[in-house]
Amino acid sequence: MTDLTRLSLAATRQGLKNKDFTSVEVTDAYLGAIEEANSELNAFISVEAEQARKMASASDARLARGEGGSLEGVPLGIKDLFATIGTHTQAGSHILDGFLPEYESTVTANLWADGAVMLGKLNMDEFAMGSSNETSYFGPVVNPWRGRDSSTNLVPGGSSGGSASAVSAWLCAGATATDTGGSIRQPAAFTGTVGIKPTYGRCSRWGIVAFASSLDQAGPITRTVEDSAIMLTSMAGFDKKDSTSVDMAVPDFAAAVARGVKGLNIGIPREYRLEGMPEEIETLWQQGIEWMREEGAIITDISLPHTKYALPAYYIVAPAEASSNLARYDGVKYGLRVPGETIDEMYELTRAAGFGDEVKRRVMIGTYVLSAGYYDAYYVRAQKVRTLIKQDFEKVFADGVDAILTPATPSAAFRIGDREMAADPVKMYLNDIFTVTVNMAGLPGIAVPAGKDSAGLPLALQLIGKPFDEETLFAAGRIIEKAAGDEFSPEKWW
Amino acid sequence: MSVDTDTVKRIGHLARIKVDEQDLASLADELNTILGFVEQLNEVDVEGVVPMTSVIPMTQPLRPDVVNDGGYASKIVTNAPLSEDNFFMVPKVVE
Repeated sequence: MTDLTRLSLAATRQGLKNKDFTSVEVTDAYLGAIEEANSELNAFISVEAEQARKMASASDARLARGEGGSLEGVPLGIKDLFATIGTHTQAGSHILDGFLPEYESTVTANLWADGAVMLGKLNMDEFAMGSSNETSYFGPVVNPWRGRDSSTNLVPGGSSGGSASAVSAWLCAGATATDTGGSIRQPAAFTGTVGIKPTYGRCSRWGIVAFASSLDQAGPITRTVEDSAIMLTSMAGFDKKDSTSVDMAVPDFAAAVARGVKGLNIGIPREYRLEGMPEEIETLWQQGIEWMREEGAIITDISLPHTKYALPAYYIVAPAEASSNLARYDGVKYGLRVPGETIDEMYELTRAAGFGDEVKRRVMIGTYVLSAGYYDAYYVRAQKVRTLIKQDFEKVFADGVDAILTPATPSAAFRIGDREMAADPVKMYLNDIFTVTVNMAGLPGIAVPAGKDSAGLPLALQLIGKPFDEETLFAAGRIIEKAAGDEFSPEKWW
Repeated sequence: MSVDTDTVKRIGHLARIKVDEQDLASLADELNTILGFVEQLNEVDVEGVVPMTSVIPMTQPLRPDVVNDGGYASKIVTNAPLSEDNFFMVPKVVE
């Protein structure tokens, strides 16, 4: 029998529907793959085997009756940021020790309503703060990709590093992820997988542990563009429990995948050509432009003049919102508590012990920029710059651009414990230089594997779309996927 | 703008995160690196620009001001490190 874990999500779904195999069989195949790989990759931080088999049996019963939803019987991994009833939900942090939610996030509830099976919870940077999955309390995740003839372990990117690693290494058919500054697209780029951050408001944030509420969005990481379209269709939708979710019909995104780019106007922003950018990134970008042109797209050079200010503005807005959101972890309501003589001492000791270094840094930066006397100079100024960044995009879209093509990351995956990045937090932040503008403007963005660097590691291109026009991103993403071929499977060493 | 160790101590207290004396200097360095990085925003002319409040144009949805949830206090305190009779327990705050 073929290895069921190697099938795309779409093929898994079809095979289940055709009764070529059962959900219990696919689920068992994935549970076996996780057991074999996880001691090396550390992608899952909790495996819910019993629950998964129960969900799979229920799916099989529905499928046998000719019923079932759009993801019936398909085994998925869930980022540890999503609240799932009665199961591990710690946002990769020590401070949520032992927390078992009494409620389910809207996005995961949507997936279960459509018949998906939960394999377990996926590792991530603590509170989604990081670009390498090294800030997790549960230890770093390893990228299933290695450089040619190398046995050096590489990072899978972050913060959705567990999601990206698990999907790339065939440990689940697809995974949920979240993206605040690039946390879906950068890990997808580092692992040869597809990741889309939809328009802000497309997916409900209810039940997702909050990092920066005005930037956070959920999305899928999958092995193909079509798989992402299928998963996002299920995840998205209006939810009255999230006042920023948008009351708008969700299209069948998969129907847009084969639409092509003929006649579309693809913008190429000159500000994304960075000084000192590796030659291979530039070559990849030019290749992507060529692919679009060959398929009948019109290529237009555009300018997004405030691009370089997106990352510094982000490092005011995101920590400010984080400092406020993370105030709730106080040793009283859930998780870790370190006793103190007074209530303030208890708070301070609990938070000192419960948060890792990166989270502390960001909470403190956020606290500082919001403190009396600095609020206008930092926070208000950053929100003004954010308006300018959004206006840059509005202008090019008004001029007729349908989507924007850029590199996804400034490099391929780097090694775990990279000294330069460890020594200088800003170096790590630069990973998000191409992705963060999209969050600041609330736009949809997709990362699609497009080529490899000289060491044979995957590289990706990013497409940025108009608000609520994810369909064009799937259509254009499919063009890149088709042209780049399907050589985006890591060689198994684990 | 940059922060010194006294400021870091003050921010630590505002954020309710205990910072050990020996970590103050290195933390100040790290925070100053980040603050130095965001300094470039001062180059941008933001005169007359409206600060962003919502990234997607939308009106705040309203709902009737009625109780539509609740009645499960024991569930609320389920995850509390210390609770009694459906109350959260904390160190004494009133003398």
